[in-house]
Amino acid sequence: MIVPWGETKLIQGNEAVALGAVAANIEFFAGYPITPSTEIAELLARYMPLLGKPWIQMEDEIASISALIGARLAGAKSMTATSGPGFSLMQEGLGYACMAEVPLVLVNVMRSGPSTGLPTQTAQGDIMQARWGTHGDHPVIALAPCSVEECFKLTIRAFNLSEEFRTPVILLPDEIIGHMRERVTFPAEDSVQIVPKPVPDVPVEWYEHYHPTPTNISPMASFGSGYRFHVTGLTHDTHGFPTRRKPEVDAKMERLKHKITRHLDKLEDVRMHDVEDSRVVVFAYGSVYRSALAAQELLKKKRKKIGVFRPVTIWPFPDRTVKECLDDKDVVLVPELNQGQLIHEVERMTSDEVRVIPLHRVDGYEITPEEIVASVMEVM
Amino acid sequence: MPKPLPYEYKYLRSSKRFPHVWCPGCGIGIVMGSIIRAIDALRWKKDDIVMVSGIGCTSRMPVYVDFNTLHTTHGRALAFGTGVKMGNPDLKVMAVMGDGDSLAIGGNHIIHAARRNMDITAIIVNNNNYGMTGGQFSPTTPIDAKTATTPYGMIEPSFDICELMKGAGANFVARGTVYHIIELDSLLKQAFDRKGFSVVEVLAPCPTNFGRANRLGGPVEMMKLLKDNTITQGQAAKMDPDKVEGKTLRGIFVDRNIGSYMERYNALCASVEEAAGGMQ
Ligand SMILES: Cc1ncc(C[n+]2csc(CCOP(=O)(O)OP(=O)(O)O)c2C)c(N)n1
Ligand code: SF4
Repeated sequence: MIVPWGETKLIQGNEAVALGAVAANIEFFAGYPITPSTEIAELLARYMPLLGKPWIQMEDEIASISALIGARLAGAKSMTATSGPGFSLMQEGLGYACMAEVPLVLVNVMRSGPSTGLPTQTAQGDIMQARWGTHGDHPVIALAPCSVEECFKLTIRAFNLSEEFRTPVILLPDEIIGHMRERVTFPAEDSVQIVPKPVPDVPVEWYEHYHPTPTNISPMASFGSGYRFHVTGLTHDTHGFPTRRKPEVDAKMERLKHKITRHLDKLEDVRMHDVEDSRVVVFAYGSVYRSALAAQELLKKKRKKIGVFRPVTIWPFPDRTVKECLDDKDVVLVPELNQGQLIHEVERMTSDEVRVIPLHRVDGYEITPEEIVASVMEVM
Repeated sequence: MPKPLPYEYKYLRSSKRFPHVWCPGCGIGIVMGSIIRAIDALRWKKDDIVMVSGIGCTSRMPVYVDFNTLHTTHGRALAFGTGVKMGNPDLKVMAVMGDGDSLAIGGNHIIHAARRNMDITAIIVNNNNYGMTGGQFSPTTPIDAKTATTPYGMIEPSFDICELMKGAGANFVARGTVYHIIELDSLLKQAFDRKGFSVVEVLAPCPTNFGRANRLGGPVEMMKLLKDNTITQGQAAKMDPDKVEGKTLRGIFVDRNIGSYMERYNALCASVEEAAGGMQ
């Protein structure tokens, strides 16, 4: 038994990701080593042969994500793990997976950039690359864990969402989350829900690989299942064959968009602490959220009250909830391990009356609770 | 009574996807016909076959054949194909690629697929240039040849695809042409039948770009060049070495039976599982 179901263990974030993948029934892993994600590939190199499942170290990250897409089309649930420079190389395949609507999980343990940057140190620099890194308009789902336990849970959720929405899902732990060790209590095996692959039930001759449905999400056959179909990165009709006809092109592009935008309720995941009755709110995610919670406690001792707002699902951004909950505040402080990325989304969803203030750190170290307290004290 | 169609039609998405995109006189369609005949001879089931491709004129082939078909990104056919094979080892995976697709942007993937001896058949249509984008040079453009990006002549040496694949570790390596079609059917059939990584380089004309830029004549003249400028290894052995100089050799260059990737991976899993079972 690889996943210690029901037990409590002290483990690392990356280890929790690997165990989460096993819990979610991963059937194929391909990757290329890169700090600070490598432990995920290394652990799965041990686990996968034990499970009789395929694992491979490819020649680069472009090959890795390409292999993932091929494997999932052949029916195997797939995951890769990388970091900044590798994530950049994966953008080609990520766009293909969005366009061809192939589920996969891409774990990007964020390190400092641009380029090789500070390879072993933390950052949240890939928030916008996750959203807009590949060319063209495309749907994106990205989740940011804040603890080792969440690395386990959100990896399972990433697999589930990818199968449910037939699209790649990006997991974005920052290096601190990937490398820190914490106590994790694993749930009972039967309490974990695994979303089944969305297989078709129509006769072979009726099958359309991109059948229009009310939910905009189509069932998906695998190669070798008797449903023969064509897959291409070219804009295609409902059968998957290339098209340039306006009604078909529009229908495809609308469906790609709507399969996310019409299911925001299922995708949105936020945590709020004292947001409603605070005038000042800290908006934070990943490791920074942990500092924000600690800052909230420190400020309580000083008899200052602040709220903490955390998006767990980063993309799609929780537009409506941010507007509803933060638009009446005096100040929203947005500490990020970058020079200001998700802050633009907060600004977009709040009126000019709200002071949206950044707090940056890009030297590869954590944002401390004290730094957040100091920023709050300046505005209070 | 309607005339019965030739059996090749059984393998084509004939009612839906035609006419095809290829120029009159292009060699790619001939390769497609040869692939179909080889598969028919092997009695493979269409459901079990996956044809993967990258991007280019050659890589448009999958859309026309009634297999499981996967048209990917430029250069990545073998990386996608590796995933397909590992994801479901029962599938028979072939990759069709142009010379630029397989050796320039896809160069890294092909040497590693060969080194691993991954269970895929790679079919490289070598037309000496980038057909799809209008005839720029490729890693197989001959010295001095004119292309859209070598207006003064090619100065880079080119790859010998078969030598490269031999060095990289492929199990089966062969070269044919679209003129010598019965031979090509046979080479493809043997390549499909091999475990591990098998490669068939197929010399083919691109009259629209390479032919025109180098004043090689039309499709017929270019076919004649394939006939006149290539010889089998058997013929070469009997010829005066001076006469062999400048000719391109056809036939099988490598045919070895080293363990394929999937064989080795399955053996690894079996031994690991056994060891783990023993520990409990
Ligand atoms: C990443 C990327 N770069 C460039 C292109 C443009 N492009 C399309 S096909 C092609 C070359 C095709 O040549 P080859 O592989 O020799 O195949 P042929 O068309 O001759 O069959 C290029 C450069 C692309 N589609 N994607
Ligand atoms: S451009 Fe060349 S390779 Fe492409 S279809 Fe035309 S003749 Fe064939």
